[in-house]
Amino acid sequence: MIVETDGLTKRYGSQTVLAGLDLKVTEGSVLALLGPNGAGKTTAIRILSTLTRPDGGTARIAGFDVVREAAKVRGVISLTGQYAAVDEEQTGRENLVMIARLRRFTRPASRARAAELLARFDLVDAADRRVRTYSGGMRRRLDLAMSLVAQPRLLFLDEPTTGLDPMSRTTMWDAIGELVREGVTIFLTTQYLEEADRLADRIVVLHNGDVVADGTADALKNQVGGTRIDLDFATALEAGRAEALLGGVRTESRLSVPSDGSATHLHRVLDDLLAAGVRAERVSTHRPTLDDVFTGLTTPAVAA
Amino acid sequence: MTGTLTMIGRSVRLSRRNLDTLLMSILLPVMMMALFVYVFGGAIATGTSYVNYVVPGIIVLCTGYGATSTAMSVADDMKKGAVDRFRSMPISSFAVLTGHVTASVTRNALATAIVVLVAVGMGFRPSATLLDWVLAMGLLLLYVLALSWLAAGFGVIARSVESASLLSFFMLFLPYLSSAFVPTATMPAVLRAVSEHQPITPIIETVRALLTSTPVTSGWLALAWSGGLLVVAFLLATWLFRRINRR
Repeated sequence: MIVETDGLTKRYGSQTVLAGLDLKVTEGSVLALLGPNGAGKTTAIRILSTLTRPDGGTARIAGFDVVREAAKVRGVISLTGQYAAVDEEQTGRENLVMIARLRRFTRPASRARAAELLARFDLVDAADRRVRTYSGGMRRRLDLAMSLVAQPRLLFLDEPTTGLDPMSRTTMWDAIGELVREGVTIFLTTQYLEEADRLADRIVVLHNGDVVADGTADALKNQVGGTRIDLDFATALEAGRAEALLGGVRTESRLSVPSDGSATHLHRVLDDLLAAGVRAERVSTHRPTLDDVFTGLTTPAVAA
Repeated sequence: MTGTLTMIGRSVRLSRRNLDTLLMSILLPVMMMALFVYVFGGAIATGTSYVNYVVPGIIVLCTGYGATSTAMSVADDMKKGAVDRFRSMPISSFAVLTGHVTASVTRNALATAIVVLVAVGMGFRPSATLLDWVLAMGLLLLYVLALSWLAAGFGVIARSVESASLLSFFMLFLPYLSSAFVPTATMPAVLRAVSEHQPITPIIETVRALLTSTPVTSGWLALAWSGGLLVVAFLLATWLFRRINRR
């Protein structure tokens, strides 16, 4: 386990931000911490990256305690925070060389590493311009490049694409995907279900400082109620006859029937209709999106 | 060591490229100098040519602006995630403050040189020996260093860059309540008591005495204030920086 937390708590005044977080992340995987603003995502990342002390519980990164062995933890991780922490009045190259020098690269090695990362993140043309002139996407790419100067085993990404336009977001996703293929463990937070769905092997949904769901994107979708079959009929009368036969929920000439998503079940539904002489015009199946999952898990007392 | 030097390089480069900071530390001293010498100076009786009297006061006043810039730079690094990034790295992240303090001292040294040159242009005729100069500049350096560490600590706890700029309120007010611009003898009793017992007065008196070759009467007091302030400010900044992880 590269990340292992046990009952992690953090409160600010009377507000509980983390209410006993238990997490395990295996090396080489991608975990997305998903949740609305104020769910405790950033606090979790801040504790795991040694920036903030927890009030209770323990957290270990690569076996090192984040409080007592912070220096060792820092040797393993890199952090890309919520705001691109780049120096506006330095150029992209200067920012990278600075980090390399801080990481004890020699001067020539620093320059070489900076050049390599500029090329990799498509910043060669802007390398010697001040960051002040960069677009949001370029800043984020530089920010990510700065986190990769010394190759980390574990990379924290706190809302890596918040505020980016769709094009820049896709570019960031590609860059992150490439890191995954290189075997870097990634721990990211996001408010975007699409992002979690696309990047993560495992999604942990956080709400009010607690884990409300944990699993693969598919598992989460299944957990919230599975697939439904929508049947459209020529008339409401026909739909009514189908309802008497199959149950489900009817709206005008459409009947929605819950399903386990298997082909067998779909077959049976259609066979039953055929046998009863009720003719459906159209049929479609719907898998819940992660948005449905999210709403279902984080909205209290929703009727199923 | 490489880490500290890298941080110093960073801060110096950032302040060189920040137009606001640069103007504040270079143009402002010159304007204050002209204001005091040509506007107020004629009406203030100091028993000597006013420009000779006011130079140390202007230098100390400018350190106030310099300190404010330092506090704002540190607050900016706190706010925009630079400090977070450094703190998550296996380095001595405290060096980020050392960098800002060094840049601050450098800016102040530059401002002081400019003030002295402009003052000479306005008729400042110091009669100091080389040793006097070294002592005067050494004392000012100690004071600026202390003030810069104080500003760095203030920047760490400031809630925003704007609140960090509040530091200027004190830094700019204090020199006026000293013998920087007028002899304290002209002030009402209460103000005079304050003026004569605050740290800036002995420092200014000592620098002025050294530059104009008059007897130094409060040298040890000035040294004690500056040295004491430096120790306290440095320990405070260290303590505050270490406590960031409690937030």
